[in-house]
Amino acid sequence: MTPRPSTVSRFPKRPDWTLVGLLGAVVFLTGACSWVGWNWDTPMSTVIPKSDFGRATHEIFMLISWWTLGIFIAVEGALLYCCWRFRERPGAPIPKQVHGNTPLEISWTIAFAVILLIIAIPTIQAIFKTQEAPAATALRVEVFGKQWWWEFRYPQQKITTANELHLPTGQMVAFFLNAPDVIHSFWIPQLGGKRDVVPHRVNHITLTPEVPGEYPGQCAEYCGMSHANMRFRVIVHTPADFEKWVKAQQTPPVEPTDPLAQQGKTIFTQSTCVGCHTISGVSAGHIGPDLTHFGSRTTFAGSLMTSTPDNVTKWIENPEHMKPGALMPNLGMTGEQSKALAAYLLSLK
Amino acid sequence: MATHAAFMPGAKVETPTLWGAVASWLTTVDHKRIGILYGSSAFIFFLIGGIEALIMRLQLARPDNTVVGAQTFNELFTMHGTTMVFLAIMPMSAAFFNYMIPLQIGARDVAFPRLNALSYWIFLSGALFLHASFVFGAVPDGGWFGYANLTSAQFSPRHTIDFWMLGLQILGISSMLAGFNFLVTIINMRAPGMTLMRMPVFIWMSFVTQFLLVLAFPCITVGLILLMFDRFFGTLFYVPAAGGDPLLWQHLFWLFGHPEVYILILPAMGIVSEILPTFARKPLFGAPVVIYSGIMIGFFGFGVWSHHMFSVGMGPVADAAFSISTMLIAVPTGVKIFNWLGTLWGGSIRFQTPLYFALGFIAMFTMGGLSGVMHASPPVDLQQTDTYFVVAHFHYVLFGGSIFGLFGGAYYWWPKITGKLLDERLGKVHFWLMMLGFNLTFFPQHYLGLIGMPRRIYTYAPDLGWNFWNLMSTIGAFTIALSFLVFISNVIRTTRSGKVASPDPWDGRTLEWSIPSPPPVYNFARVPQVRDRDDLWLQKYGDGHGGAPRPRPAPVTAAEIAAIHMPPTSFWPLLLAVAMAVMLSGLLISAYQIIIGGLLTLYCMYKFAMELHRPAEGHGH
Repeated sequence: MTPRPSTVSRFPKRPDWTLVGLLGAVVFLTGACSWVGWNWDTPMSTVIPKSDFGRATHEIFMLISWWTLGIFIAVEGALLYCCWRFRERPGAPIPKQVHGNTPLEISWTIAFAVILLIIAIPTIQAIFKTQEAPAATALRVEVFGKQWWWEFRYPQQKITTANELHLPTGQMVAFFLNAPDVIHSFWIPQLGGKRDVVPHRVNHITLTPEVPGEYPGQCAEYCGMSHANMRFRVIVHTPADFEKWVKAQQTPPVEPTDPLAQQGKTIFTQSTCVGCHTISGVSAGHIGPDLTHFGSRTTFAGSLMTSTPDNVTKWIENPEHMKPGALMPNLGMTGEQSKALAAYLLSLK
Repeated sequence: MATHAAFMPGAKVETPTLWGAVASWLTTVDHKRIGILYGSSAFIFFLIGGIEALIMRLQLARPDNTVVGAQTFNELFTMHGTTMVFLAIMPMSAAFFNYMIPLQIGARDVAFPRLNALSYWIFLSGALFLHASFVFGAVPDGGWFGYANLTSAQFSPRHTIDFWMLGLQILGISSMLAGFNFLVTIINMRAPGMTLMRMPVFIWMSFVTQFLLVLAFPCITVGLILLMFDRFFGTLFYVPAAGGDPLLWQHLFWLFGHPEVYILILPAMGIVSEILPTFARKPLFGAPVVIYSGIMIGFFGFGVWSHHMFSVGMGPVADAAFSISTMLIAVPTGVKIFNWLGTLWGGSIRFQTPLYFALGFIAMFTMGGLSGVMHASPPVDLQQTDTYFVVAHFHYVLFGGSIFGLFGGAYYWWPKITGKLLDERLGKVHFWLMMLGFNLTFFPQHYLGLIGMPRRIYTYAPDLGWNFWNLMSTIGAFTIALSFLVFISNVIRTTRSGKVASPDPWDGRTLEWSIPSPPPVYNFARVPQVRDRDDLWLQKYGDGHGGAPRPRPAPVTAAEIAAIHMPPTSFWPLLLAVAMAVMLSGLLISAYQIIIGGLLTLYCMYKFAMELHRPAEGHGH
């Protein structure tokens, strides 16, 4: 039969090579350009694992990546091929009205199921492996995620610190996650995670750091105004260096000798600072971070700023200005008072 | 065409005043006009959500940036997500449900035309209520997912969360009403001969979507009511210190939230399943399998919600179960993609603008689907969840999928709806700019996520390697914005001086192309007798197996048209929606307003119900 001449309005038609060309160009140029400019070895990279946990998840990521890359090439390739091969040609007859092909459809359904099975088996193995109960020999760390900073307690070593987490290589660490206020998420991209920190529910995560170094961590669950500023640092030591750090933290802080720092100590003990902060032998507040060894940390305030006298002074003068929504009140300290306090805190090595 | 002028949608030929024109829109119960209202509202909210996105991209263009502060940024991403999901994509789909379902099933209107108008007005009042928060300086800031217990009175004492929670409740009422309306319409109003398996695939996907709507919305309604009780009446459902459980919210929210993803994507899949056969000029390959896959996706969609919660510590057994169910849902999705490719295979493909968007849908949605398979695996998800990798993933699904599909639908049905053809050249410029901008914005976000950039951060440090591709992403976002300016100029130009569309400009296959463009108010002068899914194609070309084209039906007579009964216009849907808005906004203002609004609502409901009531013969006046 011959097709009836249709009464449709026609558009001026040109062979549409541009479509094939541009579609290909967009997909591949974006990919290629991106690849060239991609440095994977960055401070919060998830793809260069530095722990057993990180390796377990990364292996599955790579397995799935290769399969999906294959399917991606097959689908996009078939799409481009169809666009080129089956484009309308002048005077072409109406194509054969094919309604389907059951064996073909069954086979690609099965093919998908098989590929997913290949992915599912190691996935389930890894689920159970990465959620093992903590070993008795594990280093225990109690993590407290708070708006918007982190507290770390080492119950076996009787150490409390904030925003900087020190770990040894080669020993399983068991983190017990607590949230006194809202939900947070504990994440050290290069070591593993995340695990949500949920109020009134102690989640745990275990991992064994393998490479010494410094790794940034960050809260990964939206937790209010300064969620973006709820960062922390992880310092992974060799076991010997870790022992040194533990010893240093267990020693009470030395009395300040510098007159400015001594003045700062007086201000600290006589102001409301003591209501929120603990300094071993000086005060016992529990709302804000423990400051006993404040001077030994390189950053403060949710690891937002480096611990320089200038930064600490500014912070004391107006915490809210540096960390929006900060719960530490502005105590109305004068410039001199803040400087003295900063000197005292930084002397607490 | 002139003979149909008197039957234009809602036309009041005798009162061509401005008020008459406005009133005819305020009181319309015509599904086509309501569809246009939904579509234009949705497009405006889409632009608002887009502007919110642009401001966020400006802030993130470089590290330690200060375009907006922490609070504003948190408000922006909350409103961007809420707006795009509830006020842009859903109503844009609703526009097509409204306009196209009756046309494609050969009906004169939906089953409950006044209820349809009510859905729209409630939708609009909910959307305006949500945006009133800008006026009162209490913009929602808890994220579109509003995780408890951050939303509790203790941690969000201002009215921000109240605007969000009540706004969503109002929008939920609208979605439920619309869902039931379309279910009844599709079940009861099909033209004779249109069996379920002869329904166009867009109708099938819409049908599945309505089931998802009416089954999923109650979950979030329950969640929101508990939240409302916590915030207003001091109950403790989500307060952990008192034995409540913030994870209860997550389960209720995602039990709604995951089917919601399919509510957003299935209509676009349906549109693509209409566009491809038309422009490849052959039937949808394996249509029954595409239909069954849509049903399977809808069904499994209720069994995968906890894959949004792999990091909350549900334990290995739950993680494994939800991982497997999530991978299962990838099977019907993949099957659909291959069936679309099968539709193109062996076709004679006409490259016109709607097809570009449908092809863009396949190309981009595939990528979103594949990255979805990655975080179906909980160990992988632990690294990727709450990073920009997930942001990239769901924008490939919701923008690369839903938005491309919906724009495809807009270009495809534009001539049917307006009677004018959109400009092809500008349409293609729009497509390429959008394609380029979209990939430049979102493809690098995969990389940013993999090198550790978390979501929902208003600022980042300069030494993390995120700077360059964030800047590129921002440039991409503005390219997308430019593409929409092209679309808008296309609409304005062609509305003024576009080519007039014939009833069947694409050589279509389904019933809507058998009637004039734009359709008369009654749609079909004579209810069609349906013999195939591609009924119009068969009329034009025969069945391709030697069956001859069917003879054209005899011209419709004036007497036939005069005998058509259409529902009268009504003010009550609008008034009822306003009364409900007065009642619900009273929750934030005063108890008296709740009472007054409640009484008004009851009165309007009564009038609405009794409006068309006629006393039985012999009892009345």
